[in-house]
Amino acid sequence: MTLIRTLTIAFATGLSLLGAPNTSLAEGPLRIEITDGVIEPLPFAIPDFQAEDGGASDYAGLIARVVAADLAGTGLFREIPADAFVSNVTSFASPVAYADWKAINAQALITGAVSTSGDTINVKFRVFDVFSDQPLGEGLQFAGTAASWRRMAHKVADIVYSRITGEGGYFDSRVVFVSESGPKNAKRKRLAIMDYDGANVQYLTDSSALVLAPRFSPTGDKVLYTSYETGFPQVYVLDVATVGRQVLSQQQGTMTFAPRFSPDGRTVVYSLSAGGNTDIYAMDINGSNPRRLTSTPSIETAPSFSPDGSQIVFESDRSGSQQLYVMPAGGGEATRISFGQGRYGTPVWSPRGDLIAFTKQNAGRFHIGVMRTDGSEERLLTASFLDEGPTWSPNGRVIMFARESQGAAGAPALYSVDISGRNLRRVVTEGAASDPAWSPLLK
Amino acid sequence: MRTFAIAALVVGALTLSACSKNRLDNEYGAGALGGDFVAGSPSDPKSPAYFQQTIGDRVLFAVDQSSLSAEGIELLTKQAAWLMENTAYTAVIEGHADEQGTREYNLALGARRASAVQNFLIERGVAPNRLQTVSYGKERPLEICSEESCYAKNRRAVTVLAAGGLVS
Repeated sequence: MTLIRTLTIAFATGLSLLGAPNTSLAEGPLRIEITDGVIEPLPFAIPDFQAEDGGASDYAGLIARVVAADLAGTGLFREIPADAFVSNVTSFASPVAYADWKAINAQALITGAVSTSGDTINVKFRVFDVFSDQPLGEGLQFAGTAASWRRMAHKVADIVYSRITGEGGYFDSRVVFVSESGPKNAKRKRLAIMDYDGANVQYLTDSSALVLAPRFSPTGDKVLYTSYETGFPQVYVLDVATVGRQVLSQQQGTMTFAPRFSPDGRTVVYSLSAGGNTDIYAMDINGSNPRRLTSTPSIETAPSFSPDGSQIVFESDRSGSQQLYVMPAGGGEATRISFGQGRYGTPVWSPRGDLIAFTKQNAGRFHIGVMRTDGSEERLLTASFLDEGPTWSPNGRVIMFARESQGAAGAPALYSVDISGRNLRRVVTEGAASDPAWSPLLK
Repeated sequence: MRTFAIAALVVGALTLSACSKNRLDNEYGAGALGGDFVAGSPSDPKSPAYFQQTIGDRVLFAVDQSSLSAEGIELLTKQAAWLMENTAYTAVIEGHADEQGTREYNLALGARRASAVQNFLIERGVAPNRLQTVSYGKERPLEICSEESCYAKNRRAVTVLAAGGLVS
């Protein structure tokens, strides 16, 4: 049963069942197929959660609001506002008045309650398939620190999303990015990390040195990036919890950049420029054992592993223009996969393994697109003056990227779009932002 | 009914330490901002100001190219002669790209441009251990409009002088 497996893997800690009967969910009528052309979002109602004690009243409404924003933000769901409700939920344990929710065409109903004990808050919730007159899966409850209330809301939303779409969620995740300030010809850049929805921003470096393109480790606890700390670009690794950083590759006369982790977290693949020539290398995570994976006079950069670790997609101008290639993870013969008009760069393999996202430059415009891993079925999802640097949501259904506006006052901002090209949204950040990288789901 | 606490939700407080490593005097790279103060007078042939302003410290490149133009070769010939005469100076050659292009590719393209200048200067007799290269890609444009008039000035390699400090 899919539901049980999901609970075991993603929520091995922190969750418990509330003991509702397990109904036949997967075949139930309440289902969104994400790959279908969803035109009408699924209407849902989420009354403020019940506050079961005085301390919980601060969180009961806030948590419901974050869950609602997560779901509505996907473009797959539409929230029915509370002022349309015929009746309200007065107790988490009370039977659901299905007729009242049918009357406002709420296909899904989410109810919840919050209680506190010291600095711990407990959240429990249920999902109902209103038109089937039954719960959609078991009720669940979990506990966390009060400071983590947004994470608990994201976990609720992930479970609701999973139950209705059959896909893994992506709300309980973070994004590391480059926060930018200053004019275009004197930009200051520093690394920052935030929740996927832009909340809880923390800065990981100061802006004393130019920093570029951070990338998460598979467990989300480390970040690779490029810094000009020495005056020359070099690959660094930073521990997210301690903010301690360490240079990984420092060889006189060379520049290193474009690092990414292997799926097992033990290898770093990156670009090294020496004598004007840029090739792809790999090294161990402690910076030792560097080995060269490409050996051509052309530019080879922007490597990204397949999720099984067996292959690397990268960009090269060996054909005369920037195109995408796939090679074995240990190097060797590369196969070109991009053949459309224009230039292709910054390929990133989907965490599901099925697609490669890329930046395409053609006829003076930039696009974010996806193609199958053999280069077939190319689809462009966006178009603008400058779209660049896609990163995948943990479930492989949404892509975040940077969009830079044109002209002297031009500045980048983060956007997300789903893999069907719908639901283009700005990710709100305090200032200009670029080079986003999405974490895996948090544990 | 069992409940479990979510572990490790709290991220440690940030403790940023100031960077104290050696860096270029100008953090943007001396060629990036254009009008940096350079010692000496442009009319004194021995001064860095003469090198920067009278000879010219930069060469420009065509879109997505790193080959030297005829004008570039003429200017770099003078740069090489100056460096041969004024052996107390070393140089960092900065390669830059315009904003039309992805970040990583532009870093690699800037490296090609810087290297093209370095190779030319070495061919003309400048000791290799006096020259270093760095690429800024599209990170440090000089001109900020989104038109070819600006892009043309941003596709550049700039020879930035430093006193002493051989590479190796």
